[in-house]
Amino acid sequence: MTRIRVRFSKLGKIRFTSHRDVARIWERTLRKARIEVAYSEGFSPRPKLSFGLALSNGHESLAEYLEIELVTDEELTAEGALKIKEQLNITLPVGLEVQAIAAASRKDESLQQSVRSCTWRFDIDDLDISSAQDWVDSVLGAEEIVVERERKGKVVVEDLRQQILFIQVVEATDHGVRLLAELGTQPRALRPSEFLAVSDPPLKARYVCRMNQWMLQGDERVEPLSVNAGPAPFATLADVTRRESTNVRTNGRACSDRPNQPGVN
Amino acid sequence: MDQVQKPARYIGCEDGAVTPKHRPDKAAWLLIYPDTYEVGLPNQGLQILYEILNERPDAVAERSYAPWTDMAGVLRNNRLPLFSVDTHRPAADFDVLAFNLSAELVYTNLLECLDLAGVPIRSADRRPEDPLVIVGGHCTYNPEPIADFIDAAVLGDGEEVVSEITEVVTGWKASGRTSREGALRALAGIEGVYVPAAYTVSYDGQVISGVEPCWPEAPEVVEKRTVADLADWPYPKNQLVPLTEVVHDRLNVEVFRGCTRGCRFCQAGMITRPVRERPADQVRTMITNGLQRTGYDEVALTSLSTADFSGIEEVVAATVNDADCGQVSVSLPSLRVDAFTVGIAAELQRARRTGLTFAPEAGSWRMRQVINKLISEDDLYSAVESAYSQGWRRMKLYFLTGLPTETDEDTLAIMEMARKCVEMGKTHQRSPSVTVSIGGFVPKPFTPFQWFGQNTEEELRRKIYLLRDDAKKSHNVQMKWHDSRATVVEGLMSRGDRRLGPVIEDVWRAGGVFQEWSEHFDVSLWTEALERHGLSFEGYVYRHRTEDEIMPWDHLSAGLHKDFLWQEWRDALNEVGLEDCRWTPCYDCGACTGYGIEHVVASAVPPAGGSQGTGQPSNGGAVPVQLSGLKS
Repeated sequence: MTRIRVRFSKLGKIRFTSHRDVARIWERTLRKARIEVAYSEGFSPRPKLSFGLALSNGHESLAEYLEIELVTDEELTAEGALKIKEQLNITLPVGLEVQAIAAASRKDESLQQSVRSCTWRFDIDDLDISSAQDWVDSVLGAEEIVVERERKGKVVVEDLRQQILFIQVVEATDHGVRLLAELGTQPRALRPSEFLAVSDPPLKARYVCRMNQWMLQGDERVEPLSVNAGPAPFATLADVTRRESTNVRTNGRACSDRPNQPGVN
Repeated sequence: MDQVQKPARYIGCEDGAVTPKHRPDKAAWLLIYPDTYEVGLPNQGLQILYEILNERPDAVAERSYAPWTDMAGVLRNNRLPLFSVDTHRPAADFDVLAFNLSAELVYTNLLECLDLAGVPIRSADRRPEDPLVIVGGHCTYNPEPIADFIDAAVLGDGEEVVSEITEVVTGWKASGRTSREGALRALAGIEGVYVPAAYTVSYDGQVISGVEPCWPEAPEVVEKRTVADLADWPYPKNQLVPLTEVVHDRLNVEVFRGCTRGCRFCQAGMITRPVRERPADQVRTMITNGLQRTGYDEVALTSLSTADFSGIEEVVAATVNDADCGQVSVSLPSLRVDAFTVGIAAELQRARRTGLTFAPEAGSWRMRQVINKLISEDDLYSAVESAYSQGWRRMKLYFLTGLPTETDEDTLAIMEMARKCVEMGKTHQRSPSVTVSIGGFVPKPFTPFQWFGQNTEEELRRKIYLLRDDAKKSHNVQMKWHDSRATVVEGLMSRGDRRLGPVIEDVWRAGGVFQEWSEHFDVSLWTEALERHGLSFEGYVYRHRTEDEIMPWDHLSAGLHKDFLWQEWRDALNEVGLEDCRWTPCYDCGACTGYGIEHVVASAVPPAGGSQGTGQPSNGGAVPVQLSGLKS
């Protein structure tokens, strides 16, 4: 059985579907596209799909991942990958789009285990550039941001500051300001909503979009599957914006409910 | 959207959805299911009309569903209107707001949707520019409780009549939506369309003394619409595939419409006559194309009694063996209770046999003769024996309580039956279980039981508790039941008249929406509103009707002769059953003869495997059924 890794985007109205909804959509799409997926044994056979980190309902993403086990034992060629990508993209609902496909090793750690951090883009309402910079400075300047939460009946103290790896003010927008932040995912992912709530009152985000997921390969920070031909380690801000404008294209049928779709100029 | 649960309810984007181009010369329909998206999206009737209208050059159709209470709050706080899920267009921008009413308890949601749309809830208060409010679905066989709120109701099959309505609406739109009464008069002239404003109702105390048409266009009696041949209507062709989870999340193919089993409590079986089967070839094509297009791996063959479909064996065999369809499971809702059915089910569920559901409806043979659900003990126990011996472990049995002439002995027979099933199961399974589901009986218009005084809330509750206490004695029997308070409110609207309009309005104004949801249902809202208007459950629900009483729906017709229904009511009281007219001589109920149409049934031979009113002797315990073309 050949295992493939798929990177896809989730943009527009479909962002309001849940992780479970997206899993169901993939099952139907693979059947429609007649891609022969391996099924589990037993009383109720399920297609062998494994999804990466969940994406909160309402957030967009340019970097979602999925691994699929195919019935075939043949190695995936570049041509084959392109063919599957095309088949999927004509079948997927508007708003979900495959960006890249590559062979994955079955020995690989699961996506959930191997991803260390995610880069997020936030469109914040009612905040100007300079107050945004102040906010960033105060968050990054804090030694620790301790929260107490109850988990399984026990009070757990967590330092959120350790999970905030990077924040940058990008630009002013019509409604406020755009931020980029890289948030850790191990041992537990810091959710965008928790990040926004590290200050009181919390920042209010109109749009949240996952830009990248990152894992470590040796010392190198890499994406599980890059949309570029070459590796994309340690993305700089320039890289991120360039990647967004060059690689994320809408297919002309984007389910647009707002003018500023990411990547559409 | 971050303030509401399940925002995917409101985004549309289903596979099969359209984004129609609105134009001044096209009638714009907003098809609304006044319950949640998850319940409303799969509705086949709405999807059929959505396609038929969008295929027409002079119409466009979009969809909307009742926003959950959180969303309704967000809309009101932000002064936003009810909108379509397809293009997010405000509801009031459409020419027609067409509601699908499948259950009485959604009536307050109808008012909620109108109010959110910014349309006056009362027909009389609507301005020329307001859309027309039209309702369809089974509840329209007695739309009188909502007569104040609707402009028109459509009786029967919608496939043809929507086109005729569209022509009236385009004319009204072309004239600048000026004469509302002109449009209503034109609608009243269409066969199958009932315009409440065209009739005046007079009362004598609790009962109606007369109903008179007041416009020349309005007929004395409004007849339902019936499509003669389902083969002409292979819809939906593009069943909607939602992005988020809904009920019945699978491909649905309607194999026939109508049922002549003649169960006397069943409104659906009475009002949808005659039986019209879809040709087996067309069913197969719809399955193959539908599965390929949607990506579903499950198909349901829908009808009121799918095992009665003449082509059932071939269709099932072709589907489960069709390599083109991949790994497909077939589900057959509404199954008869007999061994034949279990045979089919065994072919369908080769791997996992967990639960099987039957609906004997009543516990004693006497009671089943009264309701004309002629399942013999042989039928039932051979089905149960067959199911347990073939690996099923759990049985679910549906029953009604509060049926005419029901004694405590009949009621308790339900539990005897359940226990006997468990005993049979023990010979095959280590821990067989039976779940008994109890519904309170609500008499419906155009059924032989329309004259019957429904059991009081107290009486229903007493019977349910009687069963509950009995069920406690045997630990393999579980019991579930419907809230008897909701049952009597349903009864109120089932046979109510126009005087209930203010009651429904009061309940809605007091916040009583989503009344079919137990977390929102509040009987005190109804009791108080009834009192305020000098009305009672006694007058509408509990009271027996006499033969000569004018029913609120007597100026409407489902094709059934009233004397046929009355004779059936007398026969019920005398415990006399009536056979199925598909395979026995016609007893002239009126549904065929009145409209010059006939049953469309591919096979003149009754289905194998059971007596059940087919005029055939029961085959008793002889069980195994070999399905042709199937190999296990």
